[in-house]
Amino acid sequence: MSSLITRRSLVMGASIGAGALLAGCDKIAANPEARKILFMGEDMNRGLQRALTNRNALAPEFSPAQMSPIFRSNGTSNPGTAEYTAMVANNFADYRLKVGGLVDRPLSVSLPQLRQMPSRAQITRHDCVEGWSAIGKWQGPKLGALLTAAGLQKSARYIVFTCADLFGGANYYESVDLVDAFHPQTILAWALNDQVLDVAHGAPVRLRVERQLGYKHAKYVMAIEAVASLAGIGKGKGGYWEDNVDYDWYAGI
Amino acid sequence: MNDPTAPIVIKRHRMATRVWHWVTVVTMFIMIGSGIGILKAHPRLYWGRYGANFDTAWTTLDQWPSWLVSLLNLLTIPAGYNLALSRRWHLLFALVLAFALLGFMIVSLINKHFQRDLRVRAAELSPREVVHDVKEHLAFRFHDPKKPGAYNILQKLSYVVTIFVLIPVMILTGLTMSPGMDAAWPWLLEVFGGRQSARSIHFIAATGLVLFIIAHLALVILAGTWNEVRSMSTGRWKVPAHTSEDVA
Repeated sequence: MSSLITRRSLVMGASIGAGALLAGCDKIAANPEARKILFMGEDMNRGLQRALTNRNALAPEFSPAQMSPIFRSNGTSNPGTAEYTAMVANNFADYRLKVGGLVDRPLSVSLPQLRQMPSRAQITRHDCVEGWSAIGKWQGPKLGALLTAAGLQKSARYIVFTCADLFGGANYYESVDLVDAFHPQTILAWALNDQVLDVAHGAPVRLRVERQLGYKHAKYVMAIEAVASLAGIGKGKGGYWEDNVDYDWYAGI
Repeated sequence: MNDPTAPIVIKRHRMATRVWHWVTVVTMFIMIGSGIGILKAHPRLYWGRYGANFDTAWTTLDQWPSWLVSLLNLLTIPAGYNLALSRRWHLLFALVLAFALLGFMIVSLINKHFQRDLRVRAAELSPREVVHDVKEHLAFRFHDPKKPGAYNILQKLSYVVTIFVLIPVMILTGLTMSPGMDAAWPWLLEVFGGRQSARSIHFIAATGLVLFIIAHLALVILAGTWNEVRSMSTGRWKVPAHTSEDVA
């Protein structure tokens, strides 16, 4: 009998303990100092991946037979602003991709010019932070080629992308470091699955940064800026989701 | 032994085993809770390289019984739904889980814990032995009177499967879900048959771990909670009275 009571109280005690531990986890995540420790995981994972693996390794590429029948679109499906709607109506004839910041020769590139640049086609897997994956074929010039043409300055450390779609009234933005910016598979895609990129998937130009999660792949890219620090961009963490919802800036995991 | 009624106390678990056990208890708790949080972001599982809403899922959350969904909600870290924070917890403690296991494995090879206590001998796997052990379990007798400190065969197998199969599979399928790691170590995708298969296997192995934890806790309670908890904390384990009587 007494052992039965002990068992019951133990199960009760364990349940209360587990509940307290769960509540404790949320308390810890709310404490600014503990949050710093919790958020150290990002730097540790990036550091380990960069230190232990080849930083130029290519993301796996697939055969046409391995592609998703339907490539799911996510996030903004249409920026819907007056300017963007006008650009779509005009078939992006007035679109100019601005390349600026810490570069010697700021560029303003039209869509036909972008399509004339040597392009790379790659069938890669797109991994959303939510967990799903879709395989599709992307085509466009290498970001590195564009940055080289603009003459990237030595002080540049990050490349920031400003997009046409609005989140909370401000343009979506994302950033990558130079390792990913000059990675051979990092392209500015203007085609998906051998079709001109459609609005739902980021027309006219979408960043592909194949070794990171979907939210890094900025859609509707309007401007590219080379910067020395992310401090002046948004709230300083390098991207809309990073600034507002605590997503990791390094989305390689 | 002058006083035959005095309980026999033996030293059961080494320091490395005890430290690893409790570190892993806390880590598992966080990994399961935050993992449920991440699963909720897209509670559909697929086989193969790709998988999204238009593709065929082999299981989805809306097929699961409501008691299970309620339980998952109860265990989620953080409470409610916050994918960003679930990921922060999960990806930090993934490092703790992996490196703690690595350290434990190295130490346990050096101090011969694995060879001495977990090595499964062919004789133990004979049907007669296994049936005997199952019968002993059903009679709530968990210790061989001749070697009360040794693990029985069912115990050994469950520990071996957990330490050498389930947790390593969790770690490797977890790595396979990282697009950065897939570029660096593409063989991961070959081993598990693609990222979405790896994600499915991750959750199947997690279910296996949860079942292990339930069985483990149940057996700790049946075998004598405080004696077992103390032996995993201080190393001191009192040989159960019925067993020591058998010895006498």
